[in-house]
Amino acid sequence: MSNPLPSSAQAAHFLKTAERQRTQDWLFHRLTQVFSLMVLLALAGIIVSLFINAWPTFAKFGARFIWYVEWDIINEEFGAAIAIVGTIASAGLAMLIAVPLSFGIAVFLTETCPVWLRRPLGTAIELLAAVPSIIYGMFGLFVFAPLFADFIQVPLRQVLGGMPLIGFLFGGAPNGMGILAAGIVLAFMVVPFVASVMRDVFEITPPILRESAYGLGCTTWEVVGKIVLPYTQKGVIGGIMLGLGRALGETMAVTFVIGNANRMPTSLFSPGTSIASTLANEFGEAADFHMSSLFALGFLLFVITFMVLALAKIMISRAEKAKGF
Amino acid sequence: MLKFKSLVAAVGLTAIAATTWAADITGAGATFPFPIYAKWAEGYKAATGTGMNYQSIGSSGGIRQIRAKTVTFGATDAPVSGADLDKDAMVQFPAIIGGTVPVINLDGFKPGELRVTGPVLAEMFLGKISKWNDSKLAALNPGKNLPNELITVVHRADGSGTTFNWTDYLSVISKEFADTVGKGAAVKWPAPTSVGGKGNEGVAANVNRIKGSLGYVEYAYVKKNNMNFMQVQNANGKYVSPDDLTFAAAAAGADWFSVPGMGVSMVNAKGDTSWPISTASFILMYKNPADKAASNEALKFFDWSFKNGKKMAADLDYVPLPDSLTNEIRAKVWSQIQK
Repeated sequence: MSNPLPSSAQAAHFLKTAERQRTQDWLFHRLTQVFSLMVLLALAGIIVSLFINAWPTFAKFGARFIWYVEWDIINEEFGAAIAIVGTIASAGLAMLIAVPLSFGIAVFLTETCPVWLRRPLGTAIELLAAVPSIIYGMFGLFVFAPLFADFIQVPLRQVLGGMPLIGFLFGGAPNGMGILAAGIVLAFMVVPFVASVMRDVFEITPPILRESAYGLGCTTWEVVGKIVLPYTQKGVIGGIMLGLGRALGETMAVTFVIGNANRMPTSLFSPGTSIASTLANEFGEAADFHMSSLFALGFLLFVITFMVLALAKIMISRAEKAKGF
Repeated sequence: MLKFKSLVAAVGLTAIAATTWAADITGAGATFPFPIYAKWAEGYKAATGTGMNYQSIGSSGGIRQIRAKTVTFGATDAPVSGADLDKDAMVQFPAIIGGTVPVINLDGFKPGELRVTGPVLAEMFLGKISKWNDSKLAALNPGKNLPNELITVVHRADGSGTTFNWTDYLSVISKEFADTVGKGAAVKWPAPTSVGGKGNEGVAANVNRIKGSLGYVEYAYVKKNNMNFMQVQNANGKYVSPDDLTFAAAAAGADWFSVPGMGVSMVNAKGDTSWPISTASFILMYKNPADKAASNEALKFFDWSFKNGKKMAADLDYVPLPDSLTNEIRAKVWSQIQK
């Protein structure tokens, strides 16, 4: 019968191995820690440098910069209101269109799509996400805008333009550009992100839950609404926020179709500007105070994106608490 | 740690060695003259073996880079004032001439068929004339059947020398434009219908697409896109079409050394055949450069380009400087730069 306890030589060997592994673990831990701290450092660095460069503007206008409706480069009067409204309106319109559309795509792909079609359709949607934004911009300006002007703007204005209360939304020259056009092109860009995230999270709903519900006689709609959605709520919100983040920060495509006018938009068709497109347009020739105001705009975009993310986190944690996870 | 430091030092030294070895001329600035500078650089490289690396980052960027001494020369469309030049101990000279053209999208008219005066053009860009059949436009174009269509003003969304040239002209010609809008690389456009396009190509695309639109682009884009343009009345009261001859005529009338730094505005130039919206693009260099060898190389490059680059300029629809002017630049401006 052999001794179950290791000999002293073996013990020393094991100890050595354990020590080596501990050092390796420690090194690995530190290394990964440094990697993640680097991200934090970069983030802090960006915020600080944005703020330092934006300081002359904040010092001159104070908080008024946020709601001041003016962007006059010659007279050095700068306010962010026009760009903020343009950013939020175009991104909001995009989400209004993209979220229901993406939801429909995801439900179809996971619940009712014939198996042979799932793969090609899913891949096509993922491919859309890989299209560079400049392509969307060129498509928006050369293909979409003329069609939008003739077949959407003109009829919309004729049908709804005369209505009380909402008629003003459809005023302005139908030239194919403006806030709504930007929103629709952004929706095209956001759909693949939101739809593929939604499809992925819908797929992780345990089949047993789904099948039990079907077994009880639920319709597809009931299964989606009562089983799949509550189970995947977190992922769905995450996907929507990912899309919103992209819509808020999108630059090239928006620049092509939003109209680039530094005026407060008065209707869905009026040209406007977004923070990202203003930055893209004006950095090249900006100097001194103008430059600092552009940095201030960038800083505000950072803050808006941060608030959106924070809001999403709060929503998720509230929802989880309500469900008692 | 020591290893790391020596590594950094080694990398740094290699970088320095590489730049000295390459000995390329570096410049940065205006986007308007970029195509011709690039073409000259290509020709100069073929002729002498020395390359010229020009980054078209915009006029303000060019001024920033030369002040930071990261480039040998800066390039700007809007001339730097004499006082600023003196402060930085820099010289400034024009290198190439071009023009800006009002382009339209109006069915039933040939290019150059419609005529406009500066003040009417200013009112159109101010949004005070909002329809094509406005009486002021009709008075300039008797017998023409102008449509009852909205004018959509198309301007540059990005800051640019083209906008500077355009607003410089409108400000000279119209006091109201000067007071309410002013001149600059990017301004606040008051017309309620105005939309911005990115770059000359963006403005050209929008004008070609939107019926009843009116924009302004650099001359090369008018030719390239076969765009419809308007004849403009010049300072002598004559209606002229844009081309290299009318730009050259505007340049010929300019008294270059009347303004410090040669920063003469060529807008509304006198002369029967002068195009009123012509402009020069300028080069900035230090009088006492830190790197004299590089500065010499840059001067050699411009010397070569002035002598041999005229055909290239004409091919790209720019107007080269006349020999009399380049000789004066050599004698009066380059002589100030320490060799």
